[in-house]
Parts: sequence; C-alpha cells; structure tokens
Amino acid sequence: MEKRMIEVLKPGLATSVQDLGRSGYQQLGMVVAGAMDHFALQIGNILVGNRRSAAGLEVVLMGPKLRFLKDTVIAICGADLSPTIDGKTIQLWKSYRLSEGQILSFGKPVTGSYAYIAVSGGIQTPRIMGSRSTYVKAKIGGLDGQYLVKGDVLPTGDPVLGCSGRQLHPNLVPDYDKPRRIRVILGPDDKSFTKQGIRTFLTGTYKKTSRTDRMGTRLIGPKITHAKGADIISDATFPGTIQVPANGQPIILLADRQPTGGYTRIATVITEDIPRLAQIQPGKELTFEAVSLGLAHNLYMRRERMLKLLSQVGQGVHP
Amino acid sequence: MTEMVKAMFEISMYGDRGIRIQLGTAISKKTNERIRHFSVLLEKENIPGIIEWIPAYTALSIYYDPFLISYDSLVNRMKSLYEKHSLVELPPPLVTEIPVYYGEEYGPDLGFVAEHNGLTTKEAIQIHTGTNYLIYMMGFSPGFPYLGGMSKEIATPRHASPRAKVPAGAVGIAGAQTGIYSMESPGGWRIIGRTPVKLYNPFDRQPILLRAGNYIRFSSITKTEYEEIQTAVSLGTYEPKVEQYRGE
Repeated sequence: MEKRMIEVLKPGLATSVQDLGRSGYQQLGMVVAGAMDHFALQIGNILVGNRRSAAGLEVVLMGPKLRFLKDTVIAICGADLSPTIDGKTIQLWKSYRLSEGQILSFGKPVTGSYAYIAVSGGIQTPRIMGSRSTYVKAKIGGLDGQYLVKGDVLPTGDPVLGCSGRQLHPNLVPDYDKPRRIRVILGPDDKSFTKQGIRTFLTGTYKKTSRTDRMGTRLIGPKITHAKGADIISDATFPGTIQVPANGQPIILLADRQPTGGYTRIATVITEDIPRLAQIQPGKELTFEAVSLGLAHNLYMRRERMLKLLSQVGQGVHP
Repeated sequence: MTEMVKAMFEISMYGDRGIRIQLGTAISKKTNERIRHFSVLLEKENIPGIIEWIPAYTALSIYYDPFLISYDSLVNRMKSLYEKHSLVELPPPLVTEIPVYYGEEYGPDLGFVAEHNGLTTKEAIQIHTGTNYLIYMMGFSPGFPYLGGMSKEIATPRHASPRAKVPAGAVGIAGAQTGIYSMESPGGWRIIGRTPVKLYNPFDRQPILLRAGNYIRFSSITKTEYEEIQTAVSLGTYEPKVEQYRGE
C-alpha cells in the first residue's frame, strides 16, 4: 500500500492519533483510550470515505500545524478551533481536497474542546492490541506512544480523492453552546447517597474545572452527601461513569479512565451525551438529568442507525 | 436437613451500555471463584453484542452494544447462564512463577521489612516465596494484579511519601498486600525485589501475562539467573513457568 504522509510542523497542545479505542483488554487492567468524541471522529471518517473506525488525529484546544506531503482529502469535525488551509478558513463537518504541500493549521478555540482531523485512507500507525489509539501513560499507540512532536511524519492509507466536498447536513451538526444538560442513568451505587444527595446532584449546577483531561473531568458545585461511606471495594467503571469521592464533588470518567475504581458511582452519562460532555470547555457549567434506559437506548439506536446509513452511502460512492 | 445458603446473584443496570452482576459482598476466595466461573462461561458462550467484561472483587460488569443485544435479552441470557453454571466444570486455576531477585539495589526496602517484623532478610524472603497468591482482579495499571494471601508476618506500612519513580518489575509490600509494578510509576510500596519478567509487554503476542482468578508464586533467584531471564525476555524466548494449582 502506498503511504501518504503528513509532516508535523507544530504539534499543538496534545495532538494524538485516536480511533475508537482498544477494547477487549479491560479485564487485564488495560485502558481503552480512543477518541473523546466518537461521534465527531466517525462523521469525519465517513466524510473522507473511511470506515467509521479508522484512526484520525485528535486535537485539543490548541491545534497543530501540519503539511500534507501528498494529495489527499481531509475533514475537520467536532470543536471549532478555527482551522485554515494555507491561511484560508475552512468549514467544519465538510471534506476538502488538499494538494501536495498544503498546510493545515488552527487558530483560536471558538466552541468545543476536541476537534478531529480525518484523513482519507486513515492514519496508519501500527496497531497495538487491536487499536492505533494513543495512551500516553502506557506508552502505546500513535508513533511512539506519545502526543505528536515536531518533525513526526505520519503514514496514511490510500486516499479516495473523489469524496471531497461532502458535508454533514446542518441539522445533524451538534451545537456545543446549547444548554448543557447531561442525561444520566442513576446507579449502580445510588443507594450509597442520601435522598438529599441525589436531589443535589440532579438539581445543582456543576462547573467543569481545569482538572480535565482524557482520563476524565472533575466538577465543582453543591456537595453531594453520602448515606454510607464514599469508598467501595474496587469495581468496574465505564465511559461516562460519575464517581463521587468523600468531598462530594463529582468526577466523570472518560476515554483514558482506569477499568476499575474505588469511589461510589452515583450515575453514568448516557452514550448519546458523552460527546457533548467531552466538548464542554473547562470553566463552563452543566446540569444533570436522570433518564430511563428506554430513552437512552432509543437515542443510541437512532444515532447508530444514522451512522450506519451515512457510512453505507459514503462507501457506496467510492470509485 | 442440609441448609443451603443461597449464593448471591444480582443483576443491575449500569449506564446504557453496561450491566453489573454482583456475586458477593466481601472480598473472598469463594466469591472470586464464582466470578472466575462466570468469566469462563462468558468466554465459552461468546454472546454476540457483549463487547467485554470486567471482573472485580465482588462483581462482574459487562459492556454491551444495545444495537446487537437488548437489555432484557442480555439479562435473560445471564440468568440462564447462571442456572447452568454449576453444571460446567471449571478448569483448574494456574500458578505462574514470578522469579525475583530480592534485596540490594533491586530491593532497597528488604532490610526495613525484615527489621520491622523482627526477621532476618532470609526469613522475610522465605515467607514471601512460601505462598501461592490469588489474583483477585487486574487493574490500577495494565497487567497489574491485585493479590491476596500474603502472610501478616511480613506486613509493613507504606513509605510516608511515595518515590517519584518505581521501575516496572519492582516487587513491593504495602500494609498486608504484596504486588508487582507492571509499569514504571510513582509509588509508596516497600520495594523488596525485582522480577525480570514483564507483566505488561504491549508488543508481545500475549501482551499481559496474568489473569484474574489464577495464582502466582514468587521464587528467589540469583543475579546471574536474573540476567539470563532478562536476556530471554528481551529476545522474546522466555517461557514463564506455569503449573496447575493444587491448593496450599
């Protein structure tokens, strides 16, 4: 396979290769990692003619400067971090044809936290334990198990040049400025809290602190009171699990969470809302709403059907 | 009349992609065995829609894809699996030998552990190598085993302030627990030795050496043996010694 290349001129704050994560190894203590916003990465892949699970670049708040060494097609999805090609502003959620030597760079963060650069053919760094996702703490994924550094050259697969100009329907583009109400399913440790504690959690306004990273986000707000202790015998955690330690301030676990933890879990964010939650910038506020499993599953099915359909259409127009 | 204590089996919802099956309320060998039994069944059944599961001390949590299996059918599958679980014979657990060079620069706290417990360093090593340790669960870092079964005779409190860097392979004691660092990380455990064996080697065919529900046993090796094993590990030719568990 011909290798197209991307040269890193400036790495940005913490730019990493991510796909949908390294699943299947959590029972061995392995972190899943993967994109913080699965929706944006998958849409990006569809727009450039890739499989939904292909690896792209995850950009956090301050983006990189990249030179494309071969003709290709790219799309930027997720946060608006003011992307430009050779200095000219480009739209999000839309695929663009790039010629050899063109430069992609980013400016001010406008909305959201994580942007995804999908490249036609996908980023083709080695797959380790079934995934290309970077997990810095265990030094795996990406080029050397670390964030991009200046001078890195990334291999990519063969591009589908005919897929440029595709655009996600505006009705499907998420609005990160919408009221930040995050829907959750209570449990499994909701019995460890007082009734008042649960009420506080569901009515209070919580702020995302600067202690937010790929592992999770610490919130600050009204104190959630425990009925029993705040510690549990170590047990499984999932994406979006909300832990409440003894200080009563919630921690939401995300892509780089450890598979197990020892704090009471008041609720878990529904899959539909995890991308929106991840995109909230530190310093901004959010609230929680408890919903039924039925509602969460309807939303999940609707999104999954939509992604499957878009993906089929996307693959169908291949030359 | 024989009194049957009904064993715990409780399924609960865990987010929109998880279910949690509680099989006990406290850390015990019995509960661990039930969890291992259930893991083995899940492995055998290979149910479409189940992505993976995480066994822990008292429960096993399953991560599923609701597009492929509904909550209700997953719960029903788990109930019927549980009903027949006693009919399926559990393969005996395995004991993996972890060779350790104790003391000196690889085990700077061995002297303290011995002294704290009124032992010679030789006695402390004998106690540490004299037991099979049950792997209750994996976690904390990739390949790290949570072990049970250490003798209280060598229990030692942690360092008051943790070391900034503990190398992968370091074998330590923290209170009544013993463990092996699977990756370099900061840590406050009393380090008594080091193993050349890698618990976590992402580039290997078997990236993670140990499994929950199995056992390990430490053995004391010489510096020369340490170096030989280290070379074999780096060449990818090292075969860990594994045998069937035959009780204590």
